[in-house]
Amino acid sequence: MRYIPHAPFQVEEMMKTLGISGIDDLFADIPEEVRLKGDLNLPPPLNEIELKREILSMAGDNKASTYINFMGAGAYDHYVPAVVKALVGRSEFYTSYTPYQPERSQGTLAAIFEYQTMMANLTGLDVVNASVYDGASSLSEAVLMACDIKRKDKVVISGAVHPEYVETARTYGFGYNKDIAVVPYTESLETNWDKMASMAGGDTAALVVSMPNFFGVLEDVKRAEKIAKEKDAMLIVAVNPISLGLVVPPGEYGADIAVGEGQPLGNALNFGGPYLGFMAARSEYVRRMPGRIVGETVDADGKRAFVLTLQAREQHIRREKATSNICSNEALNALAATIYMAYLGRRGLKDVAYHSHSKARYFIDEVNKSGQARIVNDRVFNEVVVEVENLEEKYQEALYRKILPGIKLSRFFPEQKNRLLVAFTEKRSRQEIDSLLKVLGVK
Amino acid sequence: MSKIPKNLLYTEEHEWILVEGNRGTIGITDHAQDALGDVVYVDLPKVGDKIVKGETFGTVESVKAASDIYAPVSGTVVEVNEALKDSPELINRSPYDEAWMIVVELDDESELDELLSPEDYENILEGE
Amino acid sequence: MKGTPLIFERSVPGKEGFRLYAPDVPGVNLSETIGGGLLRQNLDLPEVSEVDVVRHYTKLSKMNFGVDDGFYPLGSCTMKYNPKINEEITAYPAFTELHPYAPEELAQGTLRFMYEMQRFLCEITGMDYFTLQPAAGAHGELTGILIIKKFLEAAGQKRSRIIVPDSSHGTNPATAKESGFEIVKVKSGMNGLVDLEELKKNVDENVAALMLTNPNTLGLFEKDIPEISHILHEKGALLYYDGANLNAIMGIARPGDMGFDVVHVNLHKTFSTPHGGGGPGAGPVGVKAFLRDFLPKPIVEKEGDTYFLDYNMPRSIGRVKAFYGNIGVVLKAYAYIRSLGARGLREVSEMAVLNANYLKKKIQDLFEVPVDTICKHEFVVSAGNWKKKNGVRALDIAKRLLDYGFHPPTIYFPLIVEEALMMEPTETEGKEALDAFADSLMRICDEAQENPDLMQNTPHHMPVKRVDEVKAAREMKLKAGQL
Repeated sequence: MRYIPHAPFQVEEMMKTLGISGIDDLFADIPEEVRLKGDLNLPPPLNEIELKREILSMAGDNKASTYINFMGAGAYDHYVPAVVKALVGRSEFYTSYTPYQPERSQGTLAAIFEYQTMMANLTGLDVVNASVYDGASSLSEAVLMACDIKRKDKVVISGAVHPEYVETARTYGFGYNKDIAVVPYTESLETNWDKMASMAGGDTAALVVSMPNFFGVLEDVKRAEKIAKEKDAMLIVAVNPISLGLVVPPGEYGADIAVGEGQPLGNALNFGGPYLGFMAARSEYVRRMPGRIVGETVDADGKRAFVLTLQAREQHIRREKATSNICSNEALNALAATIYMAYLGRRGLKDVAYHSHSKARYFIDEVNKSGQARIVNDRVFNEVVVEVENLEEKYQEALYRKILPGIKLSRFFPEQKNRLLVAFTEKRSRQEIDSLLKVLGVK
Repeated sequence: MSKIPKNLLYTEEHEWILVEGNRGTIGITDHAQDALGDVVYVDLPKVGDKIVKGETFGTVESVKAASDIYAPVSGTVVEVNEALKDSPELINRSPYDEAWMIVVELDDESELDELLSPEDYENILEGE
Repeated sequence: MKGTPLIFERSVPGKEGFRLYAPDVPGVNLSETIGGGLLRQNLDLPEVSEVDVVRHYTKLSKMNFGVDDGFYPLGSCTMKYNPKINEEITAYPAFTELHPYAPEELAQGTLRFMYEMQRFLCEITGMDYFTLQPAAGAHGELTGILIIKKFLEAAGQKRSRIIVPDSSHGTNPATAKESGFEIVKVKSGMNGLVDLEELKKNVDENVAALMLTNPNTLGLFEKDIPEISHILHEKGALLYYDGANLNAIMGIARPGDMGFDVVHVNLHKTFSTPHGGGGPGAGPVGVKAFLRDFLPKPIVEKEGDTYFLDYNMPRSIGRVKAFYGNIGVVLKAYAYIRSLGARGLREVSEMAVLNANYLKKKIQDLFEVPVDTICKHEFVVSAGNWKKKNGVRALDIAKRLLDYGFHPPTIYFPLIVEEALMMEPTETEGKEALDAFADSLMRICDEAQENPDLMQNTPHHMPVKRVDEVKAAREMKLKAGQL
C-alpha cells in the first residue's frame, strides 16, 4: 500500500457508500477485449532500503560523475551554491502546480517575475517568458515566432550554433513547414558572414547565431546585426548566460530575440536535463511569445500582487491559434536560476564569468607557450578548441587519470579530427588544468 | 438582454456594420462584449489593408478568452479606431459608439443582402 | 500597502552574498581578451546578503501551496503525493554531476535506468518502443505527431487533417497546428463520449490521426475504443493517445491493446514526480514497432551487459531538444515504478478511481452532473445551477475553497461543460481528506445560498485578496523597474 493512505476498513466503507461489492465494479465500463489479462511484467516491488541499495549500485556505475570535468558544449560544470539547493528544496515550491490560483501562488509568481526582470537585465531585452524546455527548444520556438511575426517561411542559421540546436530547429521546422538553411562555418570556427549574407534574402524571417558559438568563439555579432538589417530579417541570438557577466548583451547589438540554455545558472548537469530554456524579446513581440508570462497587478485591497497574464496567447485558451503548444515548462529550474542570480548579484555573476574566462585564458596561454598543440581560435569566453596530435590516445590517458578532457569535435563534425572542445568554469583549479595540460602533452 | 440597435446589420459571429453610402463602420455587438468580459486588448488591421467577407480581420482578448473578429463584408480599410489600442475597455463601455473598430470602403454592396437584420440577430441570440 | 515582496527591495549597494576571491591563475586584461566593443559595462542585478536571500525565498515559499500542504484535486493534473525517497536519490552527485557527453562506459548507471524505464513504459502502455526525450506532455504530443507526419511522408501519403474531440486538452489542437496539420473538431455525444457517427463522417483518406485521451477529460472511459480504432485504421489513419489520464488504468487496460499507435505519458502526473510550480515534467513517447525508425534520436539500447545511445536512426524525426530528456525526472519516476511493482501500480489506479467515485457521490447533489455514470480517476460537475440561482460562479467557489485550506479543482475545463469544476483527488488522499473536502464544499454551498455577495469577494484569508487580472493584462508590467 505504498503512498496509499487508506486503512482497509475505510476502503470497505467507501465501497459501501457507493453500493458496490468490489473495486472491479468501477471498471465495468472497460470492454473485456481491451482489458489486461494478468499482471504487468515488471520487477517486484522494493522497500525503501532495497530501492536505495539498487539505486546506489547504479550510481556506482556513473564513474564519470567523479572525474575532473572539462566538458561543456551547452552543459557546464558551474558550482551550484548550497543556498540554491536548500531553497529550491522547499516543498512549498517543488510540490505546487502551475500558479493558476494567484491568491495561493504568490511565491511562485513573485519568483517568476523576479526571473523575468533579472533575465531581461542580463540579456538587455524587454520581455522574458517563464521558461521553455531547454536551449534547443527555445531557439526552435524563437524560429517559429520569427516566421509568424514576419510571415515568412525561411530562417538562416549559422553552422557554428550547437549542432543539436540546429537539429532541433530542423525538427520543429519540419513540423511547421519552415525552411531551415544552415550557413557553413569558417576555418577559424566562426560564422561565414559572406555566406550568411548571400543565403539570406527577401524570404528570410530571421538569422540565428550563437554567442559565444558552439566552438567557444565570440562571434562578430555586429556583422550579424548589419546583415539582419540589410535583409529586413529578425536577429535571434543564442547566448551563454554566464558569459553575459562580461560580454555585451544581445539587446545592445540589435537582437530581436535572445534564447539560451539556463542550466549554467544554478542547475546541475543531470545528464542533460531537466534544464531550462530562456527566451527574451523586444516588447513589441510580447504577444507572439510562447509560454507563460507573469505580470504585476494589485489585489482587491490595492496591494501589489502577481498573476499569470496575456494567457490568451496560450493553448488552454487559444487552442489551435495559440503561439505554441507549450504547457508545462521548467519552473523549478527557473526558480533555481532566479535564486542563483539573486544570490550572486551583479558582482558574483561577474566573478563567476571572470574566473571561468581567466581559466580558459590560462589554458590557452600555456598551450601557446609550449607549441605542442594548437589553439584554433583564441577569441573565446570559457570554451576553446585545441588541436592535438594523437588525440584518441591522449583522451584515453585522460580518462585513465580520471579527467574528462573535453569533447571530441569529431562526435559532431567527422572532418574535425584531433580536435577537442575544452570548457572551463570557476570550479576548475589551476592544478586540475595543469593535469589536463600534462595529459595533452603540453606541460 | 443585450442592446441591438435598429440601424445596423449583423453577423452570426456578433459583428455589426453601419452602412453610409459605400462605406461601412464595423464593430462587435453588446452581446459579444458581454460574453467576452473585460476586454484587455484588440488587434486591428491598418489603413489600406483589404478585408474579406467571412474571414478574420482582427482579434479581441479578454483575460480568459480570445475571439476572432470576422469581416461582415469585403472592402478596403480607410479608418481605424486608434483609441481602442490604449483603451480597449471602450469595447465594454460603448460597443456601438465609441468602440467602432474600422471603416471600410465596400467592394460589393450586394454582400449586405446576406447580413442579418436586427430582428434576425435578436432571434439568434434568443436561440443561444 | 505593500503586498507581495520582491528581492529587489532588499538590495543595498555594496552588499554581497556569494564570493569567490581571486582566481588561482594569472589575472586577465579583459580589454585585451574580450575587446572590440564586446566588454560589458553595466549589469543590473540585486546586491543582497546570503541571509537576505534565504529569508526572502523562505517567505515566498510560505505564500505558496503544494501537495505537501494539503489536498490538491486539480482535474487533469494528477497532483499526487511526491515521495521523499525519490527526491533524495535523485540528488546523489553520481546523477546530478554527470555530464551528458560523458563517455558511455562511464555513465552506465544512468543509461541503465533509462533503458529499463523505456522497457517499463512499453510494458505499462502496451507499446513496443519508447523515447524519453520529450520534456513535458505537450512536448511529447509534438514528438508523437511529428513521428506520424514523418511516417506518412515516408509512406508517400499526403494527409493534412487531425481530429480532436471538443472535450480535448488545449494542447491537442495546438500541437496539431504546430505540426502543420488542419484541425477537425468532433462533437461529443450526449453520454460525454466520442460520437461514432460524427467520427465516421469526419474520417477519410485525408485524416492523419485522431488524438484522444482515455479516460477522457470528463473522466469517462471511451468504451467504444475498439470501434474507434477500427474506424481510423480502416481509412489508414493512426490513433494518438494523450496520456494525461493514464493514472486511471495502470495494470487494468493498456493504450497499446486498445489500438493506439503512438502514446505519450506524463511522468509528472502518473508517475509521481513533482510539478515544481509548473515544471519540469517529462513526456516520454511510445510507439508501435512500425514507427520505431521515426523516433527522435538517440534511444538507449543494450548489447550484452552494456548500455549505449543508439544514434543510427536515419529515418528519425531528428530531435526535439538537446541531449536525452529530463533525466532527473525520469529517475524519480523509475524509482516510483520500482517501489510499487505491477500490483502496486494497479492498486494506484484502483484507489484513484475509488476516490473519485466516492468524492463524486458525496458532492454530486450540490451541483449539476453532466453525465451521471461511473467515472474513472476524475469527474466534472457544473456550478451552472448556482450561477442561475444567485450568480455564484465556479470561480467564486474555487476561491472560497482556498479559505478552507484546499487547493481548488480545475475550473472552466473541459470547455463543453458550463461553469465546470473538474476534480481529480488521486489515490494519495485518504477518506478523511475526501470527507473534509466534501464537508467544506457543502458549507460553501450553504454560504452561496445565504450570502452570495460574500462569495464574490473570496478568498478572505490568503496572502493576497482576489487579484485583478484585467489590470495586469491591460497595463502589462512584466518586469520590475530599475533596481
